[in-house]
Amino acid sequence: MERARRGWWRRGMSWLGVAAWAAGLGLGNTAPVGAAMQIDITRGNVDPLPIAVARFIGEQPETAKFGADIANVVRADLERSGLFAPIAEASFIQEPEAMRIQPRFADWRLIDAQALVSGAVSTQEDGRLKVEFRLWDVFAETQMTGLAYSTARANWRRVAHLIADAIYKRLTGEEGYFDTRVVYIAESGPPQRRVKRLAIMDQDGENNSFLTDGGNLVLTPRFSPTAPEITYLSYFRGRPRVYVYNIDTQQQEPLGDFPGMTFAPRFSPDGRDVIMSLSVRGNSDIYTMDLQTREVRRLTDHPAIDTSASFAPNSARIVFNSDRSGTQQLYVMGADGGNPKRISFGKGRYATPVWSPRGDLIAFTKMHRGRFHIGVMRPDGSGERLLTESFLDEGPTWAPNGRVLMFFRQEPTERSGGGGRTRLWSIDLTGYNERVVITPTEASDPAWSPLIQ
Amino acid sequence: MGVRLLSILAALVLLTACETTPESAADSSGTGGTDSGAGASRDVTSDLTDTQTGEEAGPVPGSAEDFVLFAGDRVFFDFDSYDITAEGRATLERQAEWLGRYPNVTITMEGHCDERGTREYNLALGERRAQAAKSFLVALGVEENRVTTISYGRERPEVVGSNEEAWAQNRRAVTVIN
Repeated sequence: MERARRGWWRRGMSWLGVAAWAAGLGLGNTAPVGAAMQIDITRGNVDPLPIAVARFIGEQPETAKFGADIANVVRADLERSGLFAPIAEASFIQEPEAMRIQPRFADWRLIDAQALVSGAVSTQEDGRLKVEFRLWDVFAETQMTGLAYSTARANWRRVAHLIADAIYKRLTGEEGYFDTRVVYIAESGPPQRRVKRLAIMDQDGENNSFLTDGGNLVLTPRFSPTAPEITYLSYFRGRPRVYVYNIDTQQQEPLGDFPGMTFAPRFSPDGRDVIMSLSVRGNSDIYTMDLQTREVRRLTDHPAIDTSASFAPNSARIVFNSDRSGTQQLYVMGADGGNPKRISFGKGRYATPVWSPRGDLIAFTKMHRGRFHIGVMRPDGSGERLLTESFLDEGPTWAPNGRVLMFFRQEPTERSGGGGRTRLWSIDLTGYNERVVITPTEASDPAWSPLIQ
Repeated sequence: MGVRLLSILAALVLLTACETTPESAADSSGTGGTDSGAGASRDVTSDLTDTQTGEEAGPVPGSAEDFVLFAGDRVFFDFDSYDITAEGRATLERQAEWLGRYPNVTITMEGHCDERGTREYNLALGERRAQAAKSFLVALGVEENRVTTISYGRERPEVVGSNEEAWAQNRRAVTVIN
């Protein structure tokens, strides 16, 4: 196993030659950081930045088609973030082909664009696509950034996401999250005989594929931060146990051989361990297993339910869910299980804590007065903020930049069996921009892939 | 002879159909089990070979249907609780009595929850409920190695609906004859 390999999800990623064409694209003219056009995304209600993304030009019909498709994906990514308002192409005055040398900024100011993206697609001698783009500050009349990528044709979508990430990063100062994937549970069938399948897709819902056939109940998948692997719960042969699925080999294997149910798995930040719950004689405690040595360590030993453990990004602490106080609450303990301390003290029950990849917040599910919420609090329990509310919101997962959360929402079920629709949703950390994530079937238990290196 | 064989097959098919009809299981459990003892002591095995229609045949002693009719196959729990209720105790006592009568039967104790809790916590809670019911049976003399437990959390509701009655029916431990 090559656990140390990073950025695995770029399968055959040597394809991706990224070059900042300092000379060719004139990066030397980049506007100084901190100029007028910078989105402050820590504010609550952000006015989305008007941005014009022109069709990427291409000399041949094929490259022109790629150019139009790439611009569409970039636009959709930026729009979905809630921070950008792409301007309708129909209102553009200047033709993309005319921007080869430099945009006519007055034309773009006239349609209220503050930022402008231009680009071109061509075919290299080796047959690969070359995609280049430039981001312009319309008012300062300067280029903010410019990059070129070369890639196999089949990977054009990835390049579009990378371009959207570069634009997002240049304009917000934060890492992007568009070149990521989501693993989740695809659901179908009536509630009593719900069929659940492991599924994976790009963060925009494209390139969906089902990893299991629905023959076994599967739940709660999570990405490895370092390897092409997913850990999840499967009822294979009627024994609910934690499994690891390898995306490349499509092989799955049970993690260890335990006398009782293992569940609620999650990788450690270095990908070396899986932390999970083991239930023995009805009592659930938290354990870790080293994936290479298979060494098992017990971290909690308490008659209460201890589950849903999640490491801090620096691996020093663990947040988990326990009902040792009488109801479900959140606790933080050392990585060795020492000194557990309750951090949730608001009204209601708290569950499914997940440490932010930035380390500064813990997201959770809160149940109070018959309603479910997704919320965040600091690791010491202060600063609790609820972001969502519905009949049943559950299971937040962080975008790798720690700015956006995805979760699932289940609607109430009627006696007739109607209703009960279960879908993925995303929301900005500010509590704005709540929207459905489109999936081919009903869906639950999302887990966002890590940031691509 | 050909006709006779056919009628036996028909009887078996009817019995099988009864066992897998969810309504019949729900009805019998909904009343918390029954002590009508329908067929519990009748020698149905010999009836079965003679019966022409199958309708007169009660449940086969020692069968899953017999168990459900005699004892009731499930006990219910309060919200976020794994305490065995007084009604649950009575059901489990009948289950233990029945299991004492058929010492070769092994069972799986399923723990279930309503939909008003988070998925992972409910897996743990379902395991607690299954274990609580198992422990009660063991205390009444059922050999521990005859009972395995499994939790389904909130994944397999018996009754559909986001309302109190449905939730009460779904917070359960179900004894399944292996």
